[in-house]
Amino acid sequence: MSIPKSFLGYKRENGRAGTRNHVIILPVDDISNACAEAVANNIKGTIALPHSYGRLQFGADLELHFRTMIGTGRNPNVAAVIVIGIEPKWTKKIVDGIAETGKPVEGFHIERSGDIQTIMKASKKAQEFSMWASEKQREECPLSDLWISVKCGESDTTSGLASNPTVGNLMDKLEPLGVHLCFGETSELTGAEQVCAKRGATPEAQKKFMKTWSDYNDFILKEATNDLSESQPTAGNIAGGLTTIEEKAFGNFQKIGSRKFIDVLEPAEEPKKGKGLYFMDTSSAAAECVTLQAAGGFNIHLFPTGQGNIIGNPIEPVVKLTANPLTAKLMSEHVDCDVSKILSREMNLDQAGDKLIETTLKVANGRLTCAEALGHREFVMTKLYRSA
Amino acid sequence: MSKPDLIIHDEKDNVGVVVIETTKKGQDCNAWIMENDKTVNVPSTNNVPLGHKIALKDLKVGDTIFKYGHDIGKVVKEIKKGEHVHVHNVKTKKW
Repeated sequence: MSIPKSFLGYKRENGRAGTRNHVIILPVDDISNACAEAVANNIKGTIALPHSYGRLQFGADLELHFRTMIGTGRNPNVAAVIVIGIEPKWTKKIVDGIAETGKPVEGFHIERSGDIQTIMKASKKAQEFSMWASEKQREECPLSDLWISVKCGESDTTSGLASNPTVGNLMDKLEPLGVHLCFGETSELTGAEQVCAKRGATPEAQKKFMKTWSDYNDFILKEATNDLSESQPTAGNIAGGLTTIEEKAFGNFQKIGSRKFIDVLEPAEEPKKGKGLYFMDTSSAAAECVTLQAAGGFNIHLFPTGQGNIIGNPIEPVVKLTANPLTAKLMSEHVDCDVSKILSREMNLDQAGDKLIETTLKVANGRLTCAEALGHREFVMTKLYRSA
Repeated sequence: MSKPDLIIHDEKDNVGVVVIETTKKGQDCNAWIMENDKTVNVPSTNNVPLGHKIALKDLKVGDTIFKYGHDIGKVVKEIKKGEHVHVHNVKTKKW
């Protein structure tokens, strides 16, 4: 198939393009959720992103919190941002990080004025942002404005056989056209770590990957109380026929096709080395991983599932595909792209890859994903350790 | 090109994956090897559901299970050709 050279996106002030046009109300911390949700309830066309953290964090954990907050606001799928925190200093730090993109952003803090005053002031600004954003039109953007992240979930053996290789086929076809790509799931490469490391495009990338994987594995070995059965693989993975983490890892790894990764990113880090494939150090829990990739600036997500993971994200559309014919039949409202005919050999990988490209472009152009239509907005911060 | 009952990733593999809703006890399964596009026949000793694995040969305790041509774990209970391979007879070597 001839791949379209462009899609219809929202051009942003910093030259990036969005597949969505959200106005978000971003709480800095857990105790500002109520205020953020009240503003989003008052002003149509806005969404609040409540979460559980943001107080007393320190060190690398606090840096990750800021990176996730700022990155979420900077994502090109976001037109404008209201930031609400309990106190002014951390609120301002997040506002300043987002403001670098040139998009409209304003911060409000609750201390010394209370929820009701803050809701009133923030709602006025949110109304202005929402009405401003509603005038934005989709314009033709080069395909290279797509930043595609991938992560699989509730995998089974059909993931490694067909849906993950379908994503790999898409990567093999789209990478030469200049898109950014990102895979993660550090712990779920266990068993395939040596094979994966060899896909580093440079010795530095290979070394960085092995260090990242080893650090994560050391942490797991330190905290593990058993063989991790039902955690990794999950009970759902096991029900679907996956027996060991190694088997899961080799299936997972199929998602990058025959590509090489050019750099290893910290969780929620924005890639800086231009087009190509990146590995991001992430948890393998779906919502945590996609939240980090969205904060890294990725504007559309591909999510192969076996047994039927139902995740969505508030700002990055999550396109779901499955090769499991039972999942495609029993959970059809969650499946954007059914590639189950690969198993019966009525469809080959090349055809499946083309079908996924078509679905991805439809969604990039504005078609709602199943997860969006069903209201899935899982926004989950990754926390590295206890707060001070 | 007939519809396979099992798919085998790599010629080196000693397990195949069921790709029909379930195999029937005693079924002679048609298995497709993706790597070299060959077809082989494998018996199914048990009723094995979609996505689960069947041994392509006899395996002893301590043997390595190969899938994708790679090591995916070790045999902890003897497995006969055609039997269901899963958490009851295979464990990770990692954790």
